[in-house]
Amino acid sequence: MALLRHAARVAWKDLRIELRSREIVYTMAFFGGLLVVIFSFAFPRDVRAVRGAVPGMLWVAIALAGTIGLGRAFDRERENDTMRALLLAPVPRLAVFLGKAIATTVLVLAVAVVCAPMLAWLLDAPLFAYPGPLVLVVVLGAVGIAVIGSVFAATLLKVRSRDVLLPVILYPLLVPLFVAGTSSTSAQVAEFPNLDAAWYWIEFLGIYDSAFLVLSVWVFESLVIE
Amino acid sequence: MKKLAVPLLAVLAAIGLAVSVYLVFYDAPLEYSRNAELQLNGSSLFFNQKIVYFHVGHAFWLFGAVFVSGLSSIAFLKTRNPRWDDIASASTDVAVAFGAVVLFTGSVWAKAAWDVWWKWEPRLTMSLLLWLILVGYVLVRRFAGPSADRIASGMAIFGMVVVPFVYVMVGEGNSHPQAAPGLNPSEGVVGKISPGMRPALWLSVASFLCWYVALLISRVQSTRAERELRELRERGFDLGVLS
Repeated sequence: MALLRHAARVAWKDLRIELRSREIVYTMAFFGGLLVVIFSFAFPRDVRAVRGAVPGMLWVAIALAGTIGLGRAFDRERENDTMRALLLAPVPRLAVFLGKAIATTVLVLAVAVVCAPMLAWLLDAPLFAYPGPLVLVVVLGAVGIAVIGSVFAATLLKVRSRDVLLPVILYPLLVPLFVAGTSSTSAQVAEFPNLDAAWYWIEFLGIYDSAFLVLSVWVFESLVIE
Repeated sequence: MKKLAVPLLAVLAAIGLAVSVYLVFYDAPLEYSRNAELQLNGSSLFFNQKIVYFHVGHAFWLFGAVFVSGLSSIAFLKTRNPRWDDIASASTDVAVAFGAVVLFTGSVWAKAAWDVWWKWEPRLTMSLLLWLILVGYVLVRRFAGPSADRIASGMAIFGMVVVPFVYVMVGEGNSHPQAAPGLNPSEGVVGKISPGMRPALWLSVASFLCWYVALLISRVQSTRAERELRELRERGFDLGVLS
């Protein structure tokens, strides 16, 4: 499909810039790593108590790093005034949005790839006990954050207090995603893992992502004019 | 006639509220506990349940206001007519106020009935998240500059879609064992209300409808006036008449 091809091209443009400069991915990954270290100090030394908090730590790191990544990705467009060029290009606006969402997903996943092993290592949590569900839930969570985040980051492009407004808008809308992500992860990490619950929440995430992908596709044109 | 709408509705709401207060305290029966253990201990009557008449009245129109706001936002994005945006903004302001009342009365009821101020119980969680989305809408409108109406409309529409997910997420209508940690059977569901309480409940819901509409109309008038003033000032600046 031409739309997906255009979207892939936009995404590859962003990712290629990232690969050359590594600006966003290094800062996001380091930020995620720092968060994990802070969490390690913030919670008591009792290993069992901390283990229950590990899913939350992972998802908080993903959430915060995702917001930073979204802000930076669109900041770059605004600083170089390339947003207008993207919108003037002879590709459907939707392809631009999807391309940005794909690129953001990859960046968020890069952060998760750094944070999850750090958590497993520093806090001795069996995060990778069930790698299949873990990978799936993190990927679905990253997609959800990227899709909804791209809509609002694009809309907030020229707004003055965009750095603080993006989390204000994004986090309440993302709460079901975080609840599903943490519930699924904690079902996998628990002392007596409950894979049924883990898969239930993964299905919930899948439906949530699909619904918001469709809604974003409908609404994107109206929200992002300039 | 239009000028009379707000005072008329406000008077209706006041009368309705007065009558429903009378009904609540003198006519509606006390709720009995269905919990055998509580009945054994002698505390089978719940006076604190009477807050439900105000709590549910506000909650009904909280959801109504959110619905109105979401639909107006869709109409605004489709037609770009700023009058729809006025309605959406006004309805959300009223929804924030109603939401605060719902959360506060819910919290007071929770302390009286369950001895905790807050519980991650389906209705409370859903109301809190919805309220946070609404407060975000108000903040965006205030601080996002000229394109605030567009961004806020997007938020309202996304908020409307998030609500069913929150509903499922907290386990209402969901029989999965892990789906709703800490779920407790809640009291005061409209369908389960005993017949003796229904007149008071429906009267209070109707009074709060009049109250909601009165607030909405006056808030829309104020939002519209602000917008027209802003547009006039911009035209004045453009024409060089103002400096």
